[in-house]
Amino acid sequence: MIDIHPMVIFFAAIFTNNMILSNFLGMCSFIAVSNEIRTSLSLGQAVTFVLGCTSLINYFVYHYVLVPLSLEYLRFIVFIIVIAAFVQLVEMIIERYFETLYYSLGIFLPLITVNCAILGVSLFMIIREYNLFQSFAFGIGSGLGWTLAIVAMAGIRKRLQSASIPKGLEGPGITLIITGIMALAFLGFSGIVQIQ
Amino acid sequence: MTTIAITVLAMSGISGFLALMLSLANKTIANYGEQEVYINDDKKIVVDGGDTLLSALVDQKIFIPSACGGKGSCGYCKVTVIEGGGQILPTELGYVTKDERLEGVRLACQLKVKESLRIQIPEELFSVRQMTCEVAFLKSVTPTIKHLRVTLPANADFTFKPGQYVQILAPKYKGNEEEVYRAYSIASSPDDHEGLELFIGLVEGGVATTFVHEHLQVGQPLIVVGPYGEFYYHENERPMILVAIGTGMSPIMSILKYMKDHKINRQATFFFGARTREDLFEMDTLMALESEMPNLEVITCLSRPTEQCHWDGDVGRVTDLIKKYLKDAENSEAYLCGSPKMIDSVIPLLAEKGLPENLIFYDKFES
Repeated sequence: MIDIHPMVIFFAAIFTNNMILSNFLGMCSFIAVSNEIRTSLSLGQAVTFVLGCTSLINYFVYHYVLVPLSLEYLRFIVFIIVIAAFVQLVEMIIERYFETLYYSLGIFLPLITVNCAILGVSLFMIIREYNLFQSFAFGIGSGLGWTLAIVAMAGIRKRLQSASIPKGLEGPGITLIITGIMALAFLGFSGIVQIQ
Repeated sequence: MTTIAITVLAMSGISGFLALMLSLANKTIANYGEQEVYINDDKKIVVDGGDTLLSALVDQKIFIPSACGGKGSCGYCKVTVIEGGGQILPTELGYVTKDERLEGVRLACQLKVKESLRIQIPEELFSVRQMTCEVAFLKSVTPTIKHLRVTLPANADFTFKPGQYVQILAPKYKGNEEEVYRAYSIASSPDDHEGLELFIGLVEGGVATTFVHEHLQVGQPLIVVGPYGEFYYHENERPMILVAIGTGMSPIMSILKYMKDHKINRQATFFFGARTREDLFEMDTLMALESEMPNLEVITCLSRPTEQCHWDGDVGRVTDLIKKYLKDAENSEAYLCGSPKMIDSVIPLLAEKGLPENLIFYDKFES
């Protein structure tokens, strides 16, 4: 167990160890949904919520089921089904109680199931041997970091609408290039804190 | 051995627990109970909430036209929703025009029934049936047109107006990955309660036509849904102008058989066009009808007669026949059936001869 204050992990997950910009995880929905600030913000919220909850659930499942039975090697499949079941549940709840959010997320909601950032957080927290609070802070922080990145990208893409982009680079092409430049900018934060 | 048992038990336990949670959620959160759907303000049906409107209506034996089977890729299952149903979904936007959106048109296959709805559908759809028929015969009348007869199931309560069409379901077969419905006009008389006859032309690369031409066998079951269509015989005394090319002859033949069966002696002129002599299919049936019906006249033409045709009749298109033989279209009524191109060129011609557009009925066959 490493001794870092959960708040440090929380901020590090947003800035220095951003899921998208330093780990390049969760790229598919990042590229697909970053057209509009409002939609990316709601997807970001959904991802943050799912990350916070699954990091807790997976922490308990890992430390109270898998470790005692010495079945750590099953963590991939267990984390994946826990995440899938949880997203399914969230989808049912959003469809029933948050109609407007459901319509704005539409078909992107199931994308959270296969968002690698979520599996990534669960695996990192095990590899880095975080405790419960550290894991939760890492989960929420990663979610907020992911939201920050996708909203920033949506803002940039909104500006891009009035720019003339070479035909071959329109859409995902220019988005990937911008992601790279943003990642370079975020690289400036690296080394300030070590969380692993 | 024990580690294997523990692994299996632990995995089953975790999956079982998650499955239990999800099924509980499905029973409570995703359970919308029974909802009422009011159709055209006079019919009320009770459906399971959470189902799509299309499948809820099919459960009640109301068949909205749908070619893709509810995948949201054909855009046929449009219904007008007056109340309830929430916002239009992104998956519907490609199929619903802006004007239709303002009227409340939705795709029934995308709309989930979560609250009670008031919807409007055309009255005729109530008489639509889905039946499993059996192929009675299937023969080639030309190299590219098959004459198909199916036997209706014993208790099928199936009636149609002469001129209407049915959809047949082409199942998956080698080279075709998905089931599709395709529309074909009925060629038999409405008084034939035993079966239905269709003429099906081969369309290159067509999923359903290839199925009928190459895979369908006598005795096989075939799913038929119908009747549909706004093109049908209108009861009155006006002289009739009938125009068809190719398989467009089917609904006209149904109309003529109906008139014969009911001893209707309206003046009728049928202009029938084809490419070569062998494309003039079912001429013996038409000749028999012509001799039995004193006021029917069949006029044919070929657009591309060859040496082998030994054709001494008219050469040209149906438009040439109309120009040549139709003196006066005033007080008449016209029924056109065939390719959109033919219909678009015949309508102005008839208008020129004094026929108002509201008395021109047509069915465009898109292939």
